[in-house]
Amino acid sequence: MSKVSVKSSASKRLTTMDLVNRNLAKRKRAERRFRFYGIGAILFGFACLLILFSDIIGKGHGAFFQTQIQLQVRFNAQQLQITDPTSKTQLDNANYDAVIENALLRDNGALLDAELPALEKRQLLSLVSTGAVYSLKTVLKNAPETLNQTVSIWLTADDDVDNYVKSIGRDGQGFSGRLSLQQQKWVERWVENGQVRQTFNTTFFTEGDSREPEQAGIRSALMGSLYMLLVTIGLSFPIGISAAVYLEEYAPRNRLTDFIEVNINNLAAVPSIIFGLLGLAIFIGFFDMPRSIPLVGGLVLTLMTLPTIIISSRAAIKAVPSSIRDAAFGLGASKMQVVLHHVVPLAMPGMLTGAIIGFAQALGETAPLLMIGMVAFIVDVPADLLDPSSALPVQIFLWADSPERAFIERTSAAIMVLLAFLITMNGLAVWLRHRLGRGQ
Amino acid sequence: MNSNSGYNRLFDPMAETGQPLDFAQHGLGQRTVGNPFSEKAKMSVRNLNVYYDDKQAIHDVSLDINRNEVMAMIGPSGCGKSTFLRCLNRMNDTIDNCKVEGEVTLDEKNIYHRKQDVVPLRARVGIVFQKPNPFPKSIYENVAYGPKIHGLVSRRAQLDEIVEDSLRKASLWDEVKDRLFSPGTDLSGGQQQRLCIARTIAVSPEVILMDEPCSALDPIATARIEELMAELSQNFTIAIVTHSMQQAARVSTRTAYFHMGRLIEVNDTRRVFTNPEHELTEAYITGRFG
Repeated sequence: MSKVSVKSSASKRLTTMDLVNRNLAKRKRAERRFRFYGIGAILFGFACLLILFSDIIGKGHGAFFQTQIQLQVRFNAQQLQITDPTSKTQLDNANYDAVIENALLRDNGALLDAELPALEKRQLLSLVSTGAVYSLKTVLKNAPETLNQTVSIWLTADDDVDNYVKSIGRDGQGFSGRLSLQQQKWVERWVENGQVRQTFNTTFFTEGDSREPEQAGIRSALMGSLYMLLVTIGLSFPIGISAAVYLEEYAPRNRLTDFIEVNINNLAAVPSIIFGLLGLAIFIGFFDMPRSIPLVGGLVLTLMTLPTIIISSRAAIKAVPSSIRDAAFGLGASKMQVVLHHVVPLAMPGMLTGAIIGFAQALGETAPLLMIGMVAFIVDVPADLLDPSSALPVQIFLWADSPERAFIERTSAAIMVLLAFLITMNGLAVWLRHRLGRGQ
Repeated sequence: MNSNSGYNRLFDPMAETGQPLDFAQHGLGQRTVGNPFSEKAKMSVRNLNVYYDDKQAIHDVSLDINRNEVMAMIGPSGCGKSTFLRCLNRMNDTIDNCKVEGEVTLDEKNIYHRKQDVVPLRARVGIVFQKPNPFPKSIYENVAYGPKIHGLVSRRAQLDEIVEDSLRKASLWDEVKDRLFSPGTDLSGGQQQRLCIARTIAVSPEVILMDEPCSALDPIATARIEELMAELSQNFTIAIVTHSMQQAARVSTRTAYFHMGRLIEVNDTRRVFTNPEHELTEAYITGRFG
């Protein structure tokens, strides 16, 4: 046989090796092309990610810094309308606005003499955040002896001032905010006098939502998301793994289990808003739970995450080699011992991967939360699972809808916080998988 | 290759007629030849039939396995010898579609009795598999697992003793005593198989089943396992399934020849290999098929 083929190729003056070599170049080109497609795909992905991140960080980094204005504030007892700075009631009801107005006017000596029209007075007053009264109150409370004295205090600037100050450094992009020319002049004077500084925006992390951007924070949404995630992890992980173990290791193969399997797969594909409707109908409608609470949110997200966890856990259990089961059974281990000592520990890294993907999805889920009322404007930071709260993605949705310019950077900043949360979770998953994998 | 059309038809039953072979023609339906029965049997199998769904894998097999003997089971691929072995400690229970009929006794008690719990049964009848399958845990944990789950020990020192003793019996101690807590899966194939044997004998079973324990090993590792079997047979009853006739001849005291789910011949090993009674046994050991 081989003799004949050599002869026939020799007659065409092409040996087998010639044919192989001719094809070899073609094959190598195809290999290179194939590898190039792969690299191209990865580069494309990276480029998109880079654009996304640079856009978000470019827009959002400003939100982590807040402009403050230094003013010489005189705690005039008469203006404050108080007599005793240690009395809580008096402190709560003091007229701080008058003190701030006085400080603003005295800050610019020229203004004190001239009789300022009401409109301009209001414009001047609006340069300082309405939340500044709370800082005055804190100062006076901590140091009652400062009553009737002049103290130098850094006060949070209004969001429009904040915007304007941040735009000064940026050339090419003119300021397009809401400050009048007169207001801009006042601010510029402060900048020249060094009465303006940028500090880290702690408010963003310590406060709940607010109508005023400079007082708005993500604490409420962050805690809401955290509580919901705790409920979701606490419920869906054990339930999902138990279901997967039962279906894989114990359940007989029959019509009923086939039916269950098909339904679990279907549930994984159900749009999340449907789960929101379900939560609305069952938890709020039937069980009469309050709206907007993390407990209901967590329950809805649990329902949504369960199919993902069950499917990935079953796949992980299936991947445990049967030789390990045989070995344990052969030693006389009972079914439960085989499952608990061998199958579940070996499947755990795979189960965790699936579960964390599910939790990450749940963390970023917005639609079902809209249905159960977590889209409400929540100022207070929730103290427990039954306090009304918002969630990070919902907060992003709400801020993206707000007209104030300062909310644009806060929206991006909230996205950054959400992404950081997600990256931390995924990092934890990788670490856990690595640790568990090594432990065996 | 061989001119005897009878053997060809046995080898490939559908070749000529397209019909399943009539075993009665070839003496397959008759009683097993040789000496399948014994007075001092440790385990006795009577009229065993095994089905996978509708397919019958074992046809009416009866066999006694003596105390402290090494019983080798040989035969061509798919002859049912592994299935038969797994029936001896009910490992077939883990296969959903497997049905077992007949009686298997261990010390004259039927292990297929509905009140028989498989957990103590498998503690008494251990099994070593074809592919080394140590748990992905430390060497120590692998050996200690059986005694732990059966609650054989109460103190750590006792457990240490059992682990060392088992590893010594499996002639693995000297190689691993310095790294008892490194993963069992890091060992070489032959060491892994000896670890599996140590794991099995740590429970002190009365019978050890071995399902082609050397088929995944190189000749040197095989030789070590075979030496080990000779030593173990002093304390344990061993039933081994093997593909290698040489191995059966080297390690066993008695040999059973299986063919297409039937037990053809059982005799002393020497007798089977030098003077087989049945024509099928002869054909197999002389290499005419298998």
